[in-house]
Amino acid sequence: MSETEIGFEPPYLHPDYKSTILRAPRAALLRLPEEWFHRAPGPAFGRVTVSGGDADLTRQHRGEPLGERIVVTGRVLDSDGRPLPHTLVEVWQANAAGRYVDPGDDHSAPLDANFTGAGRCLTDAEGRYSFVSIKPGAYPWGNHANAWRPARIHFSLFGAELGSRLVTQMYFPGDPLLPFDPILQSIPDQRGRDLLVAAFDWETTKPNWALGYRWDIALRGRNSTPWEA
Amino acid sequence: MARTAPTPSQTVGPFFGFALPFAGDSEAAPSGQGELRIEGQVLDGAGTPVPDALLELWQGEQFARCATDPEGAFHFTASKPAPMPGPGGTVQAPHFNLTIFARGLLRQLQTRIYFPGETAANSADWVLARVEPERRPTLIARAEPGALRFDIRLQGEGETVFFAL
Repeated sequence: MSETEIGFEPPYLHPDYKSTILRAPRAALLRLPEEWFHRAPGPAFGRVTVSGGDADLTRQHRGEPLGERIVVTGRVLDSDGRPLPHTLVEVWQANAAGRYVDPGDDHSAPLDANFTGAGRCLTDAEGRYSFVSIKPGAYPWGNHANAWRPARIHFSLFGAELGSRLVTQMYFPGDPLLPFDPILQSIPDQRGRDLLVAAFDWETTKPNWALGYRWDIALRGRNSTPWEA
Repeated sequence: MARTAPTPSQTVGPFFGFALPFAGDSEAAPSGQGELRIEGQVLDGAGTPVPDALLELWQGEQFARCATDPEGAFHFTASKPAPMPGPGGTVQAPHFNLTIFARGLLRQLQTRIYFPGETAANSADWVLARVEPERRPTLIARAEPGALRFDIRLQGEGETVFFAL
């Protein structure tokens, strides 16, 4: 990581987010030379199967889920700003009421029989991904008194190199909870936090059907596959 | 070309279990014929099992995922990788890459699993040589009947060596 990027990444220990206190390593992480460690090929994710319907989270059940229908799209880029085609993007989220399907979620908000909240896709030749979903609700958690997490979609991406692997969360613009979220606020620099907030986008918005959000993702490392302009 | 600021990381959170696991996900060998079983436990700084971690094991064409169970335990089946070229004409001892995601980890942790019984190769390994000798054992699995054991201590005594990303 270059010095200019330091403020854009969260630290391991961020006491405001209580779960980091016993899970953050104490010893300094061992730094290996970037050119052969971070740039070594990343995991081959081909065993994770992706089918066309996996990118539409509103059509995985008999009926349509309740909530505000959304399209979330953007490009996955490498650190030089070049598109990353054919990389795996996995997403998961709470339903419109803020409840996760996960059996560990004890939030009292209702489940939606027509919504699981998990999807996958591969980026296309221009590095583009696109998901159809519903806008997730805010989510209460036990980190501190009256703690609420902002609406968000979890993203997992692979990329080309060991250093490219990214798990993160996409937030929605104008969410009043953003300044109070210790997980987002763990990123020291406001410009880094801003990179996790999608933009409302008229071009993606579909008349009489869904609001559109645009969110580009830049992975560390360089696209190792041939790319033609 | 101008550098693009990388998108920052955020925790995987506790609720990935309905989304990221897939059928047969803990078998790393593409054929499913891995002869090795690797098992272990993820522990926090208080020695408490971490029941909501997601681990990814990979090397070459092998890739596997395993979510820890309520006891913080995980297991993989895999094939032993071959030695591979290291920096400066050195040879790296056989090892797997292991990535750890969890609630409370704002970024993933990256480590390696080396093999017991590879004393010569491990002593010549460029990466292990850069680890303080007393911490090297945290990167080397232990041989147990029918399995290799690799526990991950996120913090404190016996803390696993992690590599900066």
